[in-house]
Amino acid sequence: MASITFREIEGSSPRYWFLLGFIALFAALGLGAAYYMEHHGHIVTGMNNSIVWGTPHVFAVFLIVAASGALNVASIASVFGKVMYKPLAPLSALLAFSLLMGGLTVLMLDLGRPDRLIVAMTYYNLKSVFAWNVVLYTGFFTIVAVYIWTMMEKKMNAYSKAAGMAAFIWRLILTTGTGSIFGFLVARDAYSSALLAPMFIILSFAYGLAVYLLVLMAAYTWSGRPLGDAVLKRLGKLLAVFVAASLYFVFVYHLTNLYFTKQHAVEHFILVSGGIYTTLFWVGQILIGGIVPLIILLNPALRASRGLLVAACLMIVFGGLAQMYVTIIGGQAFPLDIFPGWEEKSAFFDGVVHQYIPSLPELLLGLGGVAIALVMVTFGIKILRFMPDSLADAEIDPHAKT
Amino acid sequence: MNDNQPSHHSSNEVDEHRRHFIGASAALAGLTVAPGVVVYGLAHAKPDSEPVTNKVRWGLLVDATQCAEGCTDCVTACHTENAIQTGALETDPHWIRKVELKDMRTGRSQSLPVMCQHCEDAPCVDVCPTGASFKRADGIVLVDRHTCIGCRYCVMACPYKARSFIHETLTDQNPDVPRGKGCVESCTMCVHRVDRDQQPACVEACSQAGHNAIIFGDLNNPNSDIAKRVAGHPTSQLRADLALNPGVRYEGL
Repeated sequence: MASITFREIEGSSPRYWFLLGFIALFAALGLGAAYYMEHHGHIVTGMNNSIVWGTPHVFAVFLIVAASGALNVASIASVFGKVMYKPLAPLSALLAFSLLMGGLTVLMLDLGRPDRLIVAMTYYNLKSVFAWNVVLYTGFFTIVAVYIWTMMEKKMNAYSKAAGMAAFIWRLILTTGTGSIFGFLVARDAYSSALLAPMFIILSFAYGLAVYLLVLMAAYTWSGRPLGDAVLKRLGKLLAVFVAASLYFVFVYHLTNLYFTKQHAVEHFILVSGGIYTTLFWVGQILIGGIVPLIILLNPALRASRGLLVAACLMIVFGGLAQMYVTIIGGQAFPLDIFPGWEEKSAFFDGVVHQYIPSLPELLLGLGGVAIALVMVTFGIKILRFMPDSLADAEIDPHAKT
Repeated sequence: MNDNQPSHHSSNEVDEHRRHFIGASAALAGLTVAPGVVVYGLAHAKPDSEPVTNKVRWGLLVDATQCAEGCTDCVTACHTENAIQTGALETDPHWIRKVELKDMRTGRSQSLPVMCQHCEDAPCVDVCPTGASFKRADGIVLVDRHTCIGCRYCVMACPYKARSFIHETLTDQNPDVPRGKGCVESCTMCVHRVDRDQQPACVEACSQAGHNAIIFGDLNNPNSDIAKRVAGHPTSQLRADLALNPGVRYEGL
């Protein structure tokens, strides 16, 4: 273990620059989409006065949730003292930092007045969950940056456990804040539940680790560095636990709602009659994002295939986006019940399921956020020593049984 | 006009000249300022320097039994007063809308206007990150146009679908009612009229139509019509289960 050396990737091959350029192109398209939306107004998006948060928020919240989850690998090393995770920690912190940056960029560029970012940074309503989140995001950047410093600067190594603990606690609070953005909305049947905060935390474990595994495998394969099965086996098993726990939370959330008569209508909408939302829930979130990856990750023979491991991670990411779509957009598509017991009709679409069709600028902005995160990681590992030279089994754990 | 300057006029002549000049200046100044003062006086029943007080709680009472099905005079008046162009798109703003209701069991139908309910504990005020969504001391819930960043969290939080986000550039605005692309807005209870001791446009229009289905007044003043009605008749709050204490009450619902 003592022999682990961290080194920048060379990053001088045409393949590296092509990859960086390809991702940067999406970042540029995202910024262009934001400019187009800002110039014309949100009229050019699929969003409207009933569905005010659309595809950008699906990507933004996914990235923010995945960011805190991606930090888990580092937390396991620093907080829980698991030696095997130590070499994996710096990349985990870089990924967390980058994913949050990508998510926040999307969120900020989707504002009606993105030019007023300074107002958001200087005017605080301390009762607003959003305002808490501004503090939580800023704090996360700071703490993770310090954490990276304590890990990478030899003189600071002694403080890395403390910094790791702070980062771990902060990320739990941060995702509590993200879940509470929805959980504290008393007006809407699909939200207003304390369960959303812990559910978002457990979802973040799964999404963050899936993204981490994808980045880890891509970085090691493409840079030609050895990546042994021991690391992948351990992380894969952990991912299975997170996916199973996510399914459990989703199950309890819906079971609670199914028990409350007043919640039957919204449950019927999401689970049975909601069209795209019902399909995305059962096929996207539960089947592709949960059950199929779980089968792969729990079966030693399937898990051993790197191709299937990548597929499982991609499916979890897809399932995560589907979950955000159902939670954020499905939750708004179901109409507010202002007059319980009455059928409602108005020129402002009271009492009807609200329509939403994602537009290209929204999709590009969302993908732009993903691209910004990936550009930061791809460039970060070139300029700083985030990745060990080798994660071969013998380096990581000489006693590993694969 | 400098006394130290040598003058070839006698002091009497100078005094007279001064008198004329001052008189003419005063008259001119008076002519210039007077219309403004008159207009100002008409426009501001209360001077701007007088702060809004929480001794008053402005409110509306909607009498659903008097609200005529199919009548949209309140909506039209609101749109005219606040220069709101709206149509059939889900992106169009609505500050007030007529909701047609049908009892699911009995089939009985009712019609009534729904607008911002000007809650005492407004969820939109709670969730606004910058404090742009705020409640005046007199109970009117407003959006500060300078600090709204267009995050739409208030739209998510409002139980009454009372808020609209402006999706495109606006033209032909009423100077009294500044609005803008990228910000959220809702019924202001015609605060610019209320501050001039006038009634909100919807209330006036309903009264002119002979329905008198919307009453405006001070809920805190036991002698006001609205307070007497609320005290003497059974009224209800929309989503009373949320305990938001809205400033808009409904009768006959």
